[in-house]
Amino acid sequence: MPITRRMLLQGALAAAGAGLLPRWTHGATGAGLLTKPIPATGEALPAIGLGSWITFNVGNDPLLLRQCVAVMAAFFELGGGMIDSSPMYGSSQATIGHGLSQLGFPPTLFSAEKVWTGDPQDGPPQMAQTRAHWRVPRFDLLQVHNLVAWEAHLETLFAMKAAGRLRYVGITTSHGRRHRDVERIMAGRPIDFVQVTYNVLDREVEARILPLARERGIAVIANRPFRRKQLIRAVERHPLPPWVAETGAATWPQFLLTYIVSHPAVTCAIPATSRVDHLRENMGAARGPMPDAALRRRMAAYVEQL
Amino acid sequence: MGVWWTYRLEDLLLFSPRVYERLFALHNQALWPFQLVALAGGLAVLWYLPRPAPAGRRLIPLLLGLAWLWVGWSFLWQRYATINWAMVYVAPAFWLEGLGLLGLAAFRRGLPLRVGTRRPWFAATLFAVVLLGYPLLAPVAGRPWSSAALLGIMPDPTVVGTLAVLGVAVGRERWWLLPIPLLWCLLTGITLWGLGRWDWFVAPTGALLACLLPLASRHAATSVSP
Repeated sequence: MPITRRMLLQGALAAAGAGLLPRWTHGATGAGLLTKPIPATGEALPAIGLGSWITFNVGNDPLLLRQCVAVMAAFFELGGGMIDSSPMYGSSQATIGHGLSQLGFPPTLFSAEKVWTGDPQDGPPQMAQTRAHWRVPRFDLLQVHNLVAWEAHLETLFAMKAAGRLRYVGITTSHGRRHRDVERIMAGRPIDFVQVTYNVLDREVEARILPLARERGIAVIANRPFRRKQLIRAVERHPLPPWVAETGAATWPQFLLTYIVSHPAVTCAIPATSRVDHLRENMGAARGPMPDAALRRRMAAYVEQL
Repeated sequence: MGVWWTYRLEDLLLFSPRVYERLFALHNQALWPFQLVALAGGLAVLWYLPRPAPAGRRLIPLLLGLAWLWVGWSFLWQRYATINWAMVYVAPAFWLEGLGLLGLAAFRRGLPLRVGTRRPWFAATLFAVVLLGYPLLAPVAGRPWSSAALLGIMPDPTVVGTLAVLGVAVGRERWWLLPIPLLWCLLTGITLWGLGRWDWFVAPTGALLACLLPLASRHAATSVSP
């Protein structure tokens, strides 16, 4: 029997009643998507966002642009919020702007961008260019990409936030780079978001960064949830565990995403895809019951032994 | 960026194999039937390469120089740069190489080529394989004909074909013309390898063969085209 949205929601309610859900505050969008609060404001953010690394870098290819717009349309139809990109991602920003324009700038959009230049003076013009690509009046979140020239860029971003030209400020890293610096910034600067690599196998952040994020009230965005498909390719030839229904997942990608967004400190995961069916599958990960700490340990152990 | 050393190859690959393949297809579609002109130019180079005709030493760098300028502008700058920002820096290198070749065609004695030995024929064979064989890689690899790479249209065959010519050239000028093609062969090999393409080794191997061309006539009597 296929698992339906209703079954998953009923399962979530039953799990909540049984005290299985973690204690973090959560909600759901109108489309039934799990949301988690941004600690700085309490604003609810859908737990599955949309990354754009590689998948949205399609240049001027009309066919591929149409496919990207279809992915974005499905994302917003299912209650999605955060779309994340960077000046590093080729034409992804322009693709997002094209999609948003085609879709009439959905009101649930949470625009997350980055500044990525080693010259602090290039930061403001780069952000202006990025905004022009997106065709939005301002961004919800701007992050310093991979901590490049982070001190100067953070000053700029804090000033923008103070002037009402930006809602949230963040930093990013990936592949486990410069975690000491990330911790130092989290401890010493009033950032709202931190973006790190986190998935069922890359769990280094569980030791210090995720606890620090909870302590400091910093939202966490998890990038590379599938290690760029590598994780899916590695596990998909194996059967899902017999207890998979307890996790709320019905497929391997949902299993992997559920592990990430069920961590109490994680606000949002940002899988990227160029396919509508994969997008729908990913979004389904934020609809089932969320595993508790014990089940999460079991999930990680299961994947590790494959 | 100041932190380049922290990036891995996969971090620098900004696009998927499908996007890259369609880039070629769209470019071919946009230029058709200019491919026939490029093919004619390639055949002209192939004709003059092993022959001691004085016209060849000016015509060959002229045609190759135009090809480098054209590929740098039409493919790298106009198309490839839309998905790979690094091409903004690579395209000017193509223009520089093209201007260098045009400079040889316009001034001094053109591009002196070694003739009367086996080396020009080896070079012509390599050039012929590049001109006629490179387009076949696409269908052989299961990609559509529309994504075929032709000398004078796409960078890889243009670069390897130029190296084949430089392999038979004499004079100091050729050393100035070698670094950019060799670096491109390295770059395209890494890119295709990162994309998981089996034909990643083709351009680097072509470059290697071109560099080995001087060995083909090391012990033979040599002469330079008049």
